[in-house]
Amino acid sequence: MKNLTTLAFGLTLLATTPVMAELLDLEKDELTFGFIKLTDMAPLAVAYENGYFEDEGLFVTLQAQANWKVLLDGVIGGQLDGAHMLAGQPLAATIGYGTKAHIITPFSMDLNGNGITVSNEIWEQMKPNVALMDDGRPQHPISASALKPVVDSYRDAGKPFNMGMVFPVSTHNYELRYWLAAGGLLPGYYSPGDTSGQIGAEVLLSVTPPPQMPATMEAGTIYGYSVGEPWNQQAVFKGIGVPVITDYELWKNNPEKVFGISAEFAEANPNTTIALTKALIRAAIWLDDNDNANREEAVEILSRSEYVGADEEVIANSMTGTFEYEKGDTREVPDFNVFFRYNATYPFYSDAIWYLTQMRRWGQIAEPKSDAWFIDTAKDVYKPEIYLQAARMLVDEGLADEADFPWDSDGFKAPTPAGDVIDGIGYDGKAPNAYLESLPIGLKGDQTVVGNEVKG
Amino acid sequence: MTAIDPSTLDSEARRARLFTRINKADAWFQVLGLAWVTPMLKAAAGDNPRAQLGDIWRLLGVPLLAIALFLGAWATLAPTVQTSLGAIPGPAQVWKEAGDLHQDARRTWKKEAAFYERQDARNAKLIKAGRSEDVKERIYTGQPTYYQQIFTSIKTVFFGFLIASAIAIPLGIMAGLSVTANAALNPLIQIFKPVSPLAWLPIVTMIVSAVYTTNNGLFSKSFLVSAITVTLCSLWPTLINTALGVASIDKDLVSVSKVLKMNTWTKITKLVLPSALPLIFTGLRLSLGVGWMVLIAAEMLAQNPGLGKFVWDEFQNGSSQSLAKIMVAVFTIGIIGFLLDRVMFALQSMFTFSAQR
Repeated sequence: MKNLTTLAFGLTLLATTPVMAELLDLEKDELTFGFIKLTDMAPLAVAYENGYFEDEGLFVTLQAQANWKVLLDGVIGGQLDGAHMLAGQPLAATIGYGTKAHIITPFSMDLNGNGITVSNEIWEQMKPNVALMDDGRPQHPISASALKPVVDSYRDAGKPFNMGMVFPVSTHNYELRYWLAAGGLLPGYYSPGDTSGQIGAEVLLSVTPPPQMPATMEAGTIYGYSVGEPWNQQAVFKGIGVPVITDYELWKNNPEKVFGISAEFAEANPNTTIALTKALIRAAIWLDDNDNANREEAVEILSRSEYVGADEEVIANSMTGTFEYEKGDTREVPDFNVFFRYNATYPFYSDAIWYLTQMRRWGQIAEPKSDAWFIDTAKDVYKPEIYLQAARMLVDEGLADEADFPWDSDGFKAPTPAGDVIDGIGYDGKAPNAYLESLPIGLKGDQTVVGNEVKG
Repeated sequence: MTAIDPSTLDSEARRARLFTRINKADAWFQVLGLAWVTPMLKAAAGDNPRAQLGDIWRLLGVPLLAIALFLGAWATLAPTVQTSLGAIPGPAQVWKEAGDLHQDARRTWKKEAAFYERQDARNAKLIKAGRSEDVKERIYTGQPTYYQQIFTSIKTVFFGFLIASAIAIPLGIMAGLSVTANAALNPLIQIFKPVSPLAWLPIVTMIVSAVYTTNNGLFSKSFLVSAITVTLCSLWPTLINTALGVASIDKDLVSVSKVLKMNTWTKITKLVLPSALPLIFTGLRLSLGVGWMVLIAAEMLAQNPGLGKFVWDEFQNGSSQSLAKIMVAVFTIGIIGFLLDRVMFALQSMFTFSAQR
């Protein structure tokens, strides 16, 4: 079977390899890209290993980075020409939360791909509050309300309840907060004078680099965490924790990582920017081709020590459309990792705006902002025009399908229906302030955090 | 009065010559850590085999036995410790992983060769199409092999160590010659000597980023950061030992220099350096050892290329082979540290005069 697929793949390659496409006039052809060891860096590894970068005349070095801060500083400082980034990073850098620098993104990397895991001990305490299906397995999705009594008992005993996430402006932080708040737990606010994000918190969140999550939980420093794959499945394999929810169940097909470059770089090297976007789009197409037929091969690539380096079976667990919660409780999640379907790679303004609303919701954006500000900021960072230029060239070269791209989109996804979100609150990117009003916990309207209080 | 048989005399002389040679070579064997060769040679040359056997046992048998015992203990105890990455690997797995690393390196070499083939093919096509101005010669950009990581680390440590020596030896001589300079330097040495490399690292990173702004200079930023961190930590042993060596020159020699009215430069080159050299070398040996240790830590923390990054990456990979790979790195680091020390020891034996001058 495997031979057949490789044969088929070889044939398609033969059929689609351009004879010698007219190369863009590249301003810079030796590039260094950073990434963090997570499965969603796959488009970078695939573009390198399948020679898509080379086809564009790019000579790329891929470098694993220690953590998100180092990676961001690398892109700002110019040691890295671009990187696999958290969607919140270019936005936060551009509005000056943390390090100020204008970073843009021409390419969204994927949808979904994260999970929230708790340690075995916490899972045992949560289990009595989780509804069961007829076959005795837990009913998914599990709400954080099942965790609430556990957190309360810890607080009564005077013990802080700690959980980990990967970066203050990470999707994982916002997803963990969303899940906790939807279950009635307060994850704490940020304020200009206090960037710990623990003001008024019932659950204390702290930063841990993704690959160290399992080890940190094992050491008892945190009781659970929100992180991308393979670090949730790793906890199952090591027998140290249980993933309770995937972000697909939290918000169906939510936007995840982006590929970030500095605005300066894009301005100085417009053709290079288009060329690298082309290579990444081709990688994304390959990853989702014929219903994930190439995923096994992608898993093998990712398991090499220079990329993610975890065991093949751990990576395969989520990459091939299943997800294991408790040991042995494996369920189908066909869209756990989406790299191209549903316009996953198009940088939608509405995705950027959702991240900005979460920054506002938890006080990272301290002052109230108008709807126009949200939209303008999104347009400052997300660059669908570059993406469409690259896509157009690929279609002309016969490497992509005209029908796969939203040529006429205004940059906004259709509003997310309430049924696709765990707490039944829909999201429309065109009305960010109205969306903030609709969320029960979090800052809205003119509210600000002063000292330890929400005012306004 | 019996005449001595000339042939016996001859052979006696030959034997004596042979033993002189063996004893001369012994000095080198000592340097190379091959001291056990000497008794073997002596036994082969016909010296009392009994006494030599004792030496061989002491110099070769005991160490080998100790290593065997260590391996045995490791092999039996390792599987009993279960970590979340599986059991601690024993010697067999570590050996296998060393082989795997070599296979990985070979895979990378293959990929590299393929890359250059593709590049040549592309360029040939371009030349055929009359677009020779588009021909590009680029260097392969794959992951560094394990051997490259080792080489990077050694390069970095020597660069940092050379800078450190270039700073420390002159300063040490100054401090040794002048009481004032010594008084001035002493508090600084006392304060900075105990500082951990990891505390220097963020500061060095910031300064290098600020000062060294080109991204395509002679050195990469990461290389400079690692090397300067090594410099800052390996300065001190050389500095202190040099100062000590210079300060403790024989008073007679100092008087001689006064009588001969030597100028400072001559005094330093002809008197001070030769007599302080043994201590300077002791300092250098210590420095290189410290530098090597510091470098691995700095590479780990700053994710700069080299063995330290290799260890950290493997730790982060958390695959079932990670622990064994890290152990391979540990042995590599240890062996290289030992070899570096031997190199310094050899240099010291070459440059310093014997103690009985």
